[in-house]
Amino acid sequence: MKRAMIFILIASLILVFGVVLLPPADDPDEVKRSVPVTNVEAQIALGKYLALAGNCAGCHTARGGAPYAGGRAIETPFGSVYSSNLTSDLKTGLGSWAPENFWRALHNGKSKDGSLLYPAFPYPNYTRVTRADADALFAYLRTLAPVSQANREHALKFPYNNRLLLAGWRALYFKPGVYKPDAGRDTEWNRGAYLVQGLGHCNACHTGRDALGGTNIKSDLAGGMIPMLNWYAPSLTSDAEAGLGNWETQHIVDLLKTGVSARGAVFGPMSEVVYMSLQHLAASDVAAMAGYLKSLPQTAAAADSVPPVAKQEAGRVMALGAKLYDKHCVDCHGATGAGMPPAYPPLAANRALTMRSAVNPIRMVLNGGFAPGTAGNPRPYGMPPFRPLLNDDEVAAVVSYIRNSWGNRAGLVSPIEVDRYRSAPLD
Amino acid sequence: MPALFLARFAAILIAASTAAAFAADSALPKVADTIAERVRACTVCHGKEGRATSDGYYPRIAGKPAGYLYNQLANFRDGRRRNATMTYLVTNLPDAYLREIAAYFAAQHPPYPPPQAASTTPEMLERGRQLATHGDAAKNIPACTACHGSALTGVAPAIPGLLGLPRDYLISQFGAWQISARQAAAPDCMAEITRRLSADDVSTVIAYLAAQPVPANAAPAASAAGKLPLDCGSATPQRSAR
Repeated sequence: MKRAMIFILIASLILVFGVVLLPPADDPDEVKRSVPVTNVEAQIALGKYLALAGNCAGCHTARGGAPYAGGRAIETPFGSVYSSNLTSDLKTGLGSWAPENFWRALHNGKSKDGSLLYPAFPYPNYTRVTRADADALFAYLRTLAPVSQANREHALKFPYNNRLLLAGWRALYFKPGVYKPDAGRDTEWNRGAYLVQGLGHCNACHTGRDALGGTNIKSDLAGGMIPMLNWYAPSLTSDAEAGLGNWETQHIVDLLKTGVSARGAVFGPMSEVVYMSLQHLAASDVAAMAGYLKSLPQTAAAADSVPPVAKQEAGRVMALGAKLYDKHCVDCHGATGAGMPPAYPPLAANRALTMRSAVNPIRMVLNGGFAPGTAGNPRPYGMPPFRPLLNDDEVAAVVSYIRNSWGNRAGLVSPIEVDRYRSAPLD
Repeated sequence: MPALFLARFAAILIAASTAAAFAADSALPKVADTIAERVRACTVCHGKEGRATSDGYYPRIAGKPAGYLYNQLANFRDGRRRNATMTYLVTNLPDAYLREIAAYFAAQHPPYPPPQAASTTPEMLERGRQLATHGDAAKNIPACTACHGSALTGVAPAIPGLLGLPRDYLISQFGAWQISARQAAAPDCMAEITRRLSADDVSTVIAYLAAQPVPANAAPAASAAGKLPLDCGSATPQRSAR
């Protein structure tokens, strides 16, 4: 409790310091003018496509609710943020907004009334979006049938429920600015960078966050635990995790567009990203994103830091793991861990299993799952949830076993870790 | 003819690489391209072919009407029914696939196990039988048979049978309806009926249902015998969403 108080005090001080001493994060682009369009139909179609690229509906739709009508809780360490109604309803949606209001929200994180928006709305990414694309998005949202559903008040803890503190947060972490193409790169690379950094908001999950929920530009896309969701979003710049330097572009495109590939399948929160967003993008855009991700400078794999375990204990765990693997896993993933891709992913040399954090393989064994049912893979194969069948010690043993077989090497997993994630929320 | 030569050379290259890819492919074991193989995620809990397991909780899904099974998958996806594992499994699956999964399990008819031994008195069983087959007019409670079929084996396309289900599963469903943790498309007829039932009514009717053997070749009736006693949003397969 005392630690929490000190933390809150320090957090408040930093935020106040940010407000007072650092220049306000505003941008001359805030008043950037619209380019008039002649073909309104084409603009709306473009907006619909861009809304898919940004997965706007993913956050702005409650489970079972009307699309884009908001109300989904975005859980953060600071409390729950509820997404807003984007339909054209005059009172509760964006019906009374003008394109300028929408542009300022997307580009500069300010609502129509000028209040600062919480960055659960990823405007640090969306600020990269061009005015023309923002106008297209708005034109599309205006075509959504009005749904009368009042926005729900956020449920944030003190002191984060004070919006004024966001001024400090913005000074520390937010730099507005439309994406500036790199003249030294080709059009495709720049298109990929624009989508990854902007609407795709990949780093909202794939970059670790500090105590104030900010992302550090120096560790961009270097991976991190997703706060509250308890899934680890792997580094996209490390060959030890999900760095894509040594992946064939086609495998990256397969994974992003269909959810499965010869090297692995998506799972956890990335399933939603593929299902709701990436599968709908043009192959050329997905390829551009893949090419950009592949081009990111790769950090060297972290030095082997597998903690030593008493030989006797390791022997017991591996023997139990092998026995369980033969009983429950071998039918699909094979005696050599080769799997039967793309239906059943390979486990040998699959980096999703051997990252330092074992949270993902633990949760995959506990919860199972289907790959997303995409246009390219509409009838995915599924993995059973082993939660009811295996106790914590058994899950720990089988995960330890697959992390240390067929050339894989990673730390053993303890039953305590399994217990921690057994009841982690899935939604 | 350099162009022709190049084209031939390219054709040979493509053929060679395809052959190599095919050879590499055929060395790997092949996955069965069947729906049964695809739904192995389901049968660990719901049993081989959906026949349930001896675990005593997970319900049998084999042979239930396809519309009912589809409605439940959609209810988990859309938050009307709550089971974190089920919701996680079905959230990112398209409607057509959920319907295919439902149709597959609806078409399975593995044998039923004998009913669980009842630990109730004959009086309770008789009161349960009365409720299940005649209802309670004084409390405006319809008989189970009025909707779920005279043999309680369900009615196509979307009303489930009530026999062959574990007692613990039945208990938790009635509890979930009473606290709105299990819902269905409006008007939610079972929610309305469970509100009219006393705790005693619930335990006697469950005692009766769980003690009944399932008749040989049990299958959902093709259609309801008469008008349903309540308006029921879940009596037909729901529309697609998402």
